[in-house]
Amino acid sequence: MATLKDKAAIVGIGSTAFARRLPESEKTLACRAVLAALDDAGIAPAEVDGFASYTMEETDEVELAKAVGAGDVTFFSKVGYGGGGSCATVAHLAAAVATGQASVGVAWRSRKRGSGPRPWTNTTAQLPTPAQWTRPFGLLRPADEIGMLARRYMHEYGATRDHFFNVALACRNRANQNPAAMMYDRPLTREMYMTARWISEPLCLFDNCLETDGALACVIVSAERARDCRHRPVHVHSAAQGLPAQHHGMVNYWNDDPLTGPAWTAARHLWKQADFGPEDVHVAQIYDAFTPLIPLSLEGYGFCGRGEGAAFTEGGALEIGGRLPLNTAGGGLSEAYVHGFNLINEGVRQLRGTSTAQVPDARTCLVTAGEGVPTSALLLRS
Amino acid sequence: MLRPVIDDDGAPFWKYAASGELRVQTCAAPACGEPRFPPRPCCPHCGSFDSEWRPTSGRGRIWSFVLPHPPLLPGYAEQAPYNAVVVELLDAPRIRLVGNVVTAPDAPLNSVDPARLRIGAGVRVVFTRDGLPRWRLERA
Repeated sequence: MATLKDKAAIVGIGSTAFARRLPESEKTLACRAVLAALDDAGIAPAEVDGFASYTMEETDEVELAKAVGAGDVTFFSKVGYGGGGSCATVAHLAAAVATGQASVGVAWRSRKRGSGPRPWTNTTAQLPTPAQWTRPFGLLRPADEIGMLARRYMHEYGATRDHFFNVALACRNRANQNPAAMMYDRPLTREMYMTARWISEPLCLFDNCLETDGALACVIVSAERARDCRHRPVHVHSAAQGLPAQHHGMVNYWNDDPLTGPAWTAARHLWKQADFGPEDVHVAQIYDAFTPLIPLSLEGYGFCGRGEGAAFTEGGALEIGGRLPLNTAGGGLSEAYVHGFNLINEGVRQLRGTSTAQVPDARTCLVTAGEGVPTSALLLRS
Repeated sequence: MLRPVIDDDGAPFWKYAASGELRVQTCAAPACGEPRFPPRPCCPHCGSFDSEWRPTSGRGRIWSFVLPHPPLLPGYAEQAPYNAVVVELLDAPRIRLVGNVVTAPDAPLNSVDPARLRIGAGVRVVFTRDGLPRWRLERA
């Protein structure tokens, strides 16, 4: 069987500044990120013939291709379910490049979530018919929906707020090393966490990702072409999407086992296609819109057994030098929440050896997309 | 406050709720009879498009709950912090409904002391005047 294994590589990354409020439009930010990524790769915009994005992206490929001066485009793709699609953009372009449908692919994300409207403020427009089963009862925001899973998880497995704090702290500590992070100069303490205001109890302020304006992009080419680019290629070793049986989106309460989310489905395929296993992952960039998604994802991607994800976070396991250094630029919790795309670019930096919180000799990295919704994941290796 | 945005599949649920009944969609194929939620055109177990709406006992257990705090939509913000629960039906434990635990059908969303809520607590359905199912704690 043909596989994607190491046939394509990420050769360029780019981003804008991250801030609560940036003056430029989403389209302008997208163009800046894409041109920066192409410059990083040393590839001219006219060579771009593939684009991939994911839903809730308001800059479309037509506008972007025209603005940055792309050539004739022969592949474009848009993956569903918001943050669940981040890694799939790279996967789709890797497949397109590996099968000759495109030669230079660009994936991007541009968001003005910091200064723009929050999606949940217009629940009827943003969240159609399935919301008839949740919205009238005041389950309004993703934090409420994930909070419901978090309390059940705490009940079933003895997870505590200290476990969620371990996640928030690891991300904050890495952001404190990253001058580009929104929380660079804002250390977090256990007291701050434990006394913070509730958002949706059992989730407090620091269990929630940031609201950010910013854009990112990366460039994907074949492994052969990658050898001639400016930086050490970061190979797409394995990729998967995951939509489990009887899944229902963020409120996954009515399948047989709501605590095994899309990560489990994506993980099975991800590892089946890989030459290595979870024990060989040197650094992880795991989608952290909310802290409880980390223990759930650690279980789903096989770093520990069912119900062991909370305990896994103990003893500095997620810190640099720990068992699985996590979200080394600060993640969505403390670098920027740009629907997970910053996790992809940080995975690339780790495997280039250029992270601000570099894991010594990191050669393998797991990157995941939004858990709780139909998701996607990548195994990267240098 | 938000009203349900009802689709064709969900309409019978809300029609029964308006008349004070909690019914769930159930496969009507003789060899199947599996309940399913949320409602949909065909049975994921056997593929039959025949369904019926079977009455339930209206009794359940709290599977989980959250206490949302602002920022929230107006209407909800005024009652915050309130509870939102997921209830597992005793008749069909895989059927779980989002709702609120209240002291009386049309009582505010924050009418029950959150300290009385726990996972596993027994609840019984009640209906608001405009047909939303809600839940009251059963005596322990």
